[in-house]
Amino acid sequence: MNKVNILVVGRHEQILQTVVRLINNNPEWHSVGALTDKDAIQLFSHEVFDLILLSSGIEPESEQNLRAYFTDHRPSVIIVQHYGGGSGLLTAEIYEALQGRMV
Amino acid sequence: MAQSVLHQAGTRGHANHGWLESYHTFSFAGYYNADRMNFGALRVLNDDTVSGGMGFGKHPHDNMEIISIPLEGDLEHQDSMGNVAVIRKGDIQAMSAGTGIYHSEKNKNPNEKVKFLQIWIYPDQKNVTPRYDQLTLSMDDRHNKLQQVLSPNKDDDGIWIYQQAWFHIGKFNKGISTEYALKGGANSGVYAFILNGQVNINGQLLNTRDGFGVWDTDKLSITAESDAEFLLMEVPMKF
Repeated sequence: MNKVNILVVGRHEQILQTVVRLINNNPEWHSVGALTDKDAIQLFSHEVFDLILLSSGIEPESEQNLRAYFTDHRPSVIIVQHYGGGSGLLTAEIYEALQGRMV
Repeated sequence: MAQSVLHQAGTRGHANHGWLESYHTFSFAGYYNADRMNFGALRVLNDDTVSGGMGFGKHPHDNMEIISIPLEGDLEHQDSMGNVAVIRKGDIQAMSAGTGIYHSEKNKNPNEKVKFLQIWIYPDQKNVTPRYDQLTLSMDDRHNKLQQVLSPNKDDDGIWIYQQAWFHIGKFNKGISTEYALKGGANSGVYAFILNGQVNINGQLLNTRDGFGVWDTDKLSITAESDAEFLLMEVPMKF
């Protein structure tokens, strides 16, 4: 079975690493992280992601540009804001996003 | 017409990690229930008991308003902003995680349990500078009346957070009634959580640790059916 491929974008390096590690603890999910817009776009152009999680610290203009880029290049990709920065909400956020329900 | 949702205490998610026993009103960590995701901006209501001397190690948070209300015992907080503090019953603590913060929470006492509520509210703005605050409240000010313990306003009673939210605590003798007028307008709802005792809210009888959300209304009618203590959390329903 193919794993759900998740790109996490965020500016706080330790939180980004934590979120990626937590996602990868689930054997059905695979995640990589990007600290910068450039890294995010580069990763996005080389892999097919099912879901993008936007973590903390992304400036409004960057978020707007990233959302536009991701959607333009892969309209079916799901983009959600990740809240909480850790394990508390992460699992439910991913389940909800994959089922098309987002707060 | 007012709408409501009832979450009886026994229907909450439950996790027992040995040192930590937690009841989750809404989906949290390993507990996922698509019908229990949030009540408006109220996303987490955890009813935690931590064994003596134990606690949550250093862990991160971002973009969330995190409120802790101790019910019993002493809870020690340390964070990456250099704050070290102990909170106990009668105190309230708020942390705006914003762009990112690390913290730990530990039971200060080696031989006694600590019980506290951990409440997460979605913020009304993302990526704020992290902040920490705590306040000691007069327990007398909640006896047979509603004591405001949290608001969106820095100069109002209680602690403040980045959201249009107001929390009140009441400790009522049996038979005492009051009304709560919503402060946030038509988009607000109130989630009541009964800390102990029996309380009737808008005709719904609630028992210890029951939760009851009401929206599309401008006031609540509250009667203590026994000696009781309860928390009212007014939050935006759309945010």
